[in-house]
Amino acid sequence: MKLDLLTSLYVFMLAGFIGFEVIRRVSPLLHTPLMSLTNALDAIAVVGAIILAGEHKTNFSTILGTIAIVAATSNIVGGFLITDRMLKMFKVSGPKKS
Amino acid sequence: MMSEFASTQLIEVTYLIATALFILSLKWMSSPATARRGVWAGELGMLLAVAGTLLHHGIVDYKWLAAALVLGTIIGVPLGKVAMTAVPQRTALSHAFGALCVTLVGTAEFYLRAPSVPPFMMAVLGMEVILGSLTFTGSLMAAGKLQEVLPQRPITYKGQNVVNLAVLAIAVIVAAILVLHPERVYLYPLIVILPLIFGVLMIIPIGGADMPTVISLLNSYAGLSAAAMGFVLDNKLLIIAGALDGASGFILSVNMSKAMNRSFSNVLFGAFGQDQASAAGGAETRPVRSASAEEAASILGAANKVVIVPGYGMAVSQAQHKVRELYDVLTKRGVDVRFGIHPVAGRMPGHMNVLLAEADIPYDKLMEMDDANGDFAQTDVALVIGANDVTNPAARTDASSPIYGMPILDVDKARTVMVIKRGMSAGFAGIDNPLYYSDKTLMLFGDAKSFVGSIVRELSGGAGH
Repeated sequence: MKLDLLTSLYVFMLAGFIGFEVIRRVSPLLHTPLMSLTNALDAIAVVGAIILAGEHKTNFSTILGTIAIVAATSNIVGGFLITDRMLKMFKVSGPKKS
Repeated sequence: MMSEFASTQLIEVTYLIATALFILSLKWMSSPATARRGVWAGELGMLLAVAGTLLHHGIVDYKWLAAALVLGTIIGVPLGKVAMTAVPQRTALSHAFGALCVTLVGTAEFYLRAPSVPPFMMAVLGMEVILGSLTFTGSLMAAGKLQEVLPQRPITYKGQNVVNLAVLAIAVIVAAILVLHPERVYLYPLIVILPLIFGVLMIIPIGGADMPTVISLLNSYAGLSAAAMGFVLDNKLLIIAGALDGASGFILSVNMSKAMNRSFSNVLFGAFGQDQASAAGGAETRPVRSASAEEAASILGAANKVVIVPGYGMAVSQAQHKVRELYDVLTKRGVDVRFGIHPVAGRMPGHMNVLLAEADIPYDKLMEMDDANGDFAQTDVALVIGANDVTNPAARTDASSPIYGMPILDVDKARTVMVIKRGMSAGFAGIDNPLYYSDKTLMLFGDAKSFVGSIVRELSGGAGH
């Protein structure tokens, strides 16, 4: 596999800037769901684990890859579930008459 | 079956779309009105990327993949359904899982390529594995402290920083040796084991009040280790997702450190060197004014404007639903009730907001620190529920106080201050709070949930007659 170092560094840098600008705008109100959401998105590492386990190059790599898939998948499922549960709870006082 | 070229192209396209969806997902998190759409975008992106990856031409065996995906889902569902009060430890646990995935993949990649690992790849792989391992044990320790299966008090000893940093430094040096001599495969276990030890050591001196900073920091480490994994696998989607997560954790860490008046290097090194124990000092027996639920109720009922300041104590006693009842009964009487929320109240960023939202309190009644501080001068009653250090006026006035300079909620500017507290013990940081001895302060001693419940009973009983 060719390691295109410079392109990767560009991508990392630009993504860092985008992340900084986008996340700066997130209201402190939502910082807990933000953290569980980024956690779920971060579990995209599962794609690396899937290829590792699926290619079955050695038993060792398949076992580690399989455990890694379990760990990442639980983050994906749990992370999205709890983020949505939290966000459902945030309501304004307007529509609901007291 | 698709040709190898076509499947690679297809995977790249799904990754491209997933990247766009991930960025939109975070963008939509900026407001509660669009945030749920953000979750859907994230889910769609994830689904596309995983489905695309399953088409990868090199995959020869789907049986284990399917089993692992199902098992992960079985573990993930209950983790997505924990009680809202358990969200901080759940978050710490998910950082640990993310870091575990990254460390395992990094380790497998090393042994697949060893002994001929190109220097750059070895460097990022070293970073991936070091960050991943220390985040794994660090997050497990944090989750254990938050779940109270481990002692929550910070444990400190002489030379702690030197020992900790030495362990990490050796790991980095070993990684550097591996970059120059990747054929020394036997050294590899050290760059996993030493950071695992460092992760434990790093969290030992951390107390509960430091948790919001530490969780944010671990979040950032988890993201950066995933980005490093993206470099190793030459996977742009992973680099981007890791960079976004790293940036998010970084911003939250900086916010938290500002809210605690900590220097940035202090945050980067995991909040070392807090000599909190020394601040405890001798217990004072200065007089305080205490009041009953009945008296508190009559003062609250007569007020025009009340600001409630919640803290970790509210979470511990699960008082948020009783607080909602108090909010209802006061609002019905025409009292303007709002909430003043300190950024580090609770055990993770935004902890209080989630608990109050769970209790159905409208989020437009939740004020950030600066807005709340503009309001206290016109506030009749500031009701502090289970918060301590974030209301301590010594942070403004007493240069010798360990929390001097930390931005606080100026509850002492309100006409009357009421503090619900179990007893006179000092807060987590072990710092005495002069607020309690002020003559405009009434101490309401008791469990937050039952005390707020009694106030509600008094108020709703009184309304009928």
